[in-house]
Amino acid sequence: MTDLSINIGNLKLKNPVMTASGTFGYGEEFRDFIDLGRLGGIVVKAVTGNNRDGNAYPRMAETPAGMLNSVGLQNKGVDHFVKEIYPKIKDFDTVIIVNVSGSTIDEYIEVAERINELEKIPAIELNISCPNVKQGGMAFGTIPSTATEVTAAVKKVYKKDLIVKLSPNVTSIGEMAKAVVDGGADMISLINTLLGMAIDAEKRTPVLSTITGGLSGPAIKPVALRMVYQVSKAVKVPVIGMGGIMNATDAIEFMLAGASAVQVGTANFIDPTVTMKIIDGIDAYCRLHKIAAARDLIFALNT
Amino acid sequence: MSVKKLLHDLVVLKNEHLNRRHFVLELKAPEPLPEILPGQFVQVLVEDSPTTFLRRPFSIHGYDPANNTFQLLIQIKGKGTHHLSLLKEGDKLNVMYPLGNSFSFPGGKNVLLVGGGCGVAPLLFLGQWLKAAGVNVTLLTGWKRKEDIFEEEAYRACGELLVTTEDGSAGEKGMVTGHSVFKSGRAFDRIYSCGPDRMMKAVAHIATRKGIECEVSLENTMACGFGVCLCCITPTNHGNQRVCIEGPVFDAKELGW
Ligand SMILES: Cc1cc2nc3c(=O)[nH]c(=O)nc-3n(C[C@H](O)[C@H](O)[C@H](O)COP(=O)(O)OP(=O)(O)OC[C@H]3O[C@@H](n4cnc5c(N)ncnc54)[C@H](O)[C@@H]3O)c2cc1C
Ligand SMILES: Cc1cc2nc3c(=O)[nH]c(=O)nc-3n(C[C@H](O)[C@H](O)[C@H](O)COP(=O)(O)O)c2cc1C
Ligand code: FES
Repeated sequence: MTDLSINIGNLKLKNPVMTASGTFGYGEEFRDFIDLGRLGGIVVKAVTGNNRDGNAYPRMAETPAGMLNSVGLQNKGVDHFVKEIYPKIKDFDTVIIVNVSGSTIDEYIEVAERINELEKIPAIELNISCPNVKQGGMAFGTIPSTATEVTAAVKKVYKKDLIVKLSPNVTSIGEMAKAVVDGGADMISLINTLLGMAIDAEKRTPVLSTITGGLSGPAIKPVALRMVYQVSKAVKVPVIGMGGIMNATDAIEFMLAGASAVQVGTANFIDPTVTMKIIDGIDAYCRLHKIAAARDLIFALNT
Repeated sequence: MSVKKLLHDLVVLKNEHLNRRHFVLELKAPEPLPEILPGQFVQVLVEDSPTTFLRRPFSIHGYDPANNTFQLLIQIKGKGTHHLSLLKEGDKLNVMYPLGNSFSFPGGKNVLLVGGGCGVAPLLFLGQWLKAAGVNVTLLTGWKRKEDIFEEEAYRACGELLVTTEDGSAGEKGMVTGHSVFKSGRAFDRIYSCGPDRMMKAVAHIATRKGIECEVSLENTMACGFGVCLCCITPTNHGNQRVCIEGPVFDAKELGW
């Protein structure tokens, strides 16, 4: 039996496999298919200051080996999360992380402060891919100085583990990683979706209501692996890797590239039991290769 | 409480091609089927095709719990449905089921089912279910031309079958919404409709005008089919709802139609 446990920051994960924000609801819908208690962790859908309806339909376009989405930050706001959702998920036997989003630094602070009070939430994942309304809509996560600023502002009010989730839509991912570590990030997760577009040639219209959207799935895996590798080289904090993970081999590749843990997103839509298969597959791989602990895979790349 | 969702490899018992663009798959489950209601759907994994990445949603067309089988009526649209059309007896198909809500039982004895194109898929199961419960079913179906009509016998077995064709080669000429049944003054307690949005909207408007309750089944594009991606939403008078969980069946009034 391989030791699959991973300790990052103050988090004690049963294994390196978590679920990615926006692809797992609040876990409830998966109970028919899997034992949530076997997961390394669950990252729940983005929580914002107030209710958001998200974008208009159509929100999805299938693309070769992936999909584009423009769901937006549809959620009922932090108050609803604290009062209605938290009581239902707080006793899940796994690490629960809340994905925190906002359009202004004040909104990030407001949400982080509220989540800080929740005893059973040991960490937040700061989603800095959202448009910054004060900066003319440019995402917080695309300008290093604003990324440092929002991270530092949240760090002041959030006392537990602060994970910052990076957007891949930047020129230098290493520079962004350094910027959020400067702001006080305890860990980094990446990648969020890659900006893309789909067109219906027959109708001569964009497929998505928002024209552009976020690409996820196996199509983005090579880009994600490269970025995880570059960030792992650029900073010392633990890295959580994701982007197109469909099976155990994919997850292991991310760990070899430097990730201490992984998140599985789009694959959950196709096979809601996929996380269990990935956990079993990592165990099988380690046994086959006589690796005593999954943590020995982290950055174990021979170059 | 909703019924537990299952994920099974089902066996293809039959793949019957109705015409060049439509086929019916009969699938057998490895264990007793749960209760499945008309309007519910399944998510099918199209394997061995690198370009069909997500599962494909299809309505339940027929349900035979005594034999552990159900049927899907599929129209060949693109690569996924083309791939499924090639399935042979004995092949396995990975299916998530049963998904979504269902049509509701009517308040009265007389109902009208209106289907256009592939929209007849859930209506056959609905018609059979209602007939078995003693409801008088009238099924109005719209087609391009006479040669396209299929499964006439099965529809007739549920009740009265009315037909429109665009070229007038069978039944009344024109679209379903122009059919004389709507002008006849016949009283229906509820109308159920499935098909293209434009057709369902027109049917819903007629229903509203006549003060008849109307349920429609939406086919929004889906990524997951079980409520977690929020891709399939439709605006309703109580906010965005997920077509795969709160739907696919909606009261037309909820949609503001
Ligand atoms: C709840 C639900 C129930 C459905 N029931 C049935 C059914 O009983 N029988 C049936 O034949 N079809 C049904 N559909 C539609 C069916 O899912 C699509 O036709 C199918 O997914 C197309 O797959 P494809 O790979 O062949 O087409 P693709 O190659 O993916 O696309 C081909 C064309 O079909 C369009 N298309 C793709 N997905 C959908 C969709 N969800 N709705 C409408 N158009 C789409 C695309 O825009 C494109 O123009 C249902 C859809 C939903 C959401
Ligand atoms: C439908 C959908 C919704 C998402 N919502 C969020 C979100 O609310 N917050 C966030 O940080 N990332 C969100 N993501 C991004 C994923 O968490 C993940 O970073 C990305 O999809 C790449 O991983 P994957 O290829 O395994 O899906 C979403 C992705 C999808 C497909
Ligand atoms: S298709 Fe994912 S929520 Fe409906």
